[in-house]
Amino acid sequence: MNLAFDLLLILALSWSAWRSLATPDLTRAVVMFIVFGLLMALAWARLGAPDIALAEAAIGAGLTGALLLDALGALQARRGEKKEDA
Amino acid sequence: MSTGLLYALAGVLLFVLGAAGAVLLAHLMRKVLAFNVMGSGAFLVLVGLAQREDVIDPVPQAMVLTGIVVAVAATALALGLARAFHARTGRTGLTEEARRD
Amino acid sequence: MNGLLRSAVVIVGLSLAAAMVIALLQLPSAAVHLPALVAENLAQSGVEHPVTAVLLNFRGWDTLLEVAVLLLALLTLLTLGGGKAPAPAAAVDPLLQGLARRMLPLIVLTAGYLLWAGAHRPGGAFQAGAVLAAGAVFLQLAGLLPAWTAPRRWLRLGLVLGFLVFLAVAAALLGQGALLRYPPALAGGLILLIEAGLTLSLGLILAGLFLFLTGRDA
Repeated sequence: MNLAFDLLLILALSWSAWRSLATPDLTRAVVMFIVFGLLMALAWARLGAPDIALAEAAIGAGLTGALLLDALGALQARRGEKKEDA
Repeated sequence: MSTGLLYALAGVLLFVLGAAGAVLLAHLMRKVLAFNVMGSGAFLVLVGLAQREDVIDPVPQAMVLTGIVVAVAATALALGLARAFHARTGRTGLTEEARRD
Repeated sequence: MNGLLRSAVVIVGLSLAAAMVIALLQLPSAAVHLPALVAENLAQSGVEHPVTAVLLNFRGWDTLLEVAVLLLALLTLLTLGGGKAPAPAAAVDPLLQGLARRMLPLIVLTAGYLLWAGAHRPGGAFQAGAVLAAGAVFLQLAGLLPAWTAPRRWLRLGLVLGFLVFLAVAAALLGQGALLRYPPALAGGLILLIEAGLTLSLGLILAGLFLFLTGRDA
């Protein structure tokens, strides 16, 4: 049962990491990265590291997400509403 | 296979994924995302490997805790540099082709 | 050319992954058993939670230097310039502002609890600082706290306070013969003092990473 949960969590981690790098839309990529951060917090809880899980939830998902979204707004502001990509 | 080793192997996967992304992706924001994925992979290897016999080890946990805080500072610095670069050149990537977006 | 680079990176990445997986699977068990060492010395560390003991006592060095790294990152960010006057806060949903006003005391209370809890259960200065910083970012997003331009005297003091307290404790204890080796009787109090300073400074530094950047070049 635990093994199934671990495998599912690892699958979700890899998938969200992959999507945050490969999605054409940058806004969606940042949202996928925030999802990745929250899943990492779950992984830390599974590894018996509640300290890291707390920090990851507040920093990895919260602060980093705010920083990324803010930077995204600044980088896209000059070109009006046009979405662009790598 | 122990839980620790399983997550260490997942960390290897994330590290390689992030490394490939950091090389291949041109947009600076995506490079920052890729570096963060790489860092998370390294953290997972560090903690997972130390706990591969399923004994909780506080030493790597403390290291990773400081690592996460340093990672967010590095991310903010990288984004600040990317924003300054964009404000001066209007580009979002380091290569010449990135000029068009 | 691009296709060639792409396939080369994929091949190198896959070989790297295979090599690392094989190495991880073949690794013998560690010669030094760290968890046992930590458990053995926990009684004289001044705290009951092993992760806090490692962070502030056994490996206090790393934490001291880490705070210095955070300060350096923030200073570098400040030297990047472009510090125009931040745009005035846009009109924000009054509901969000009301929520932020009511959440603020709870956020501060949570940070205080995390700081206190760090001595005997998961929690500590890092998590408390992160919660404080998240609170500041929330206030900014709700339009209640303007973005920061250049730090004035009190903010500067707050940013370096944690590092200075940590450094002062380290310097005061140098007479003991080793860096950051607390006398067991005083360890608990000293760790709490350092952690209180760190919570405030980490909160301000992490909040500053967002508040100095936002609205700068938009």
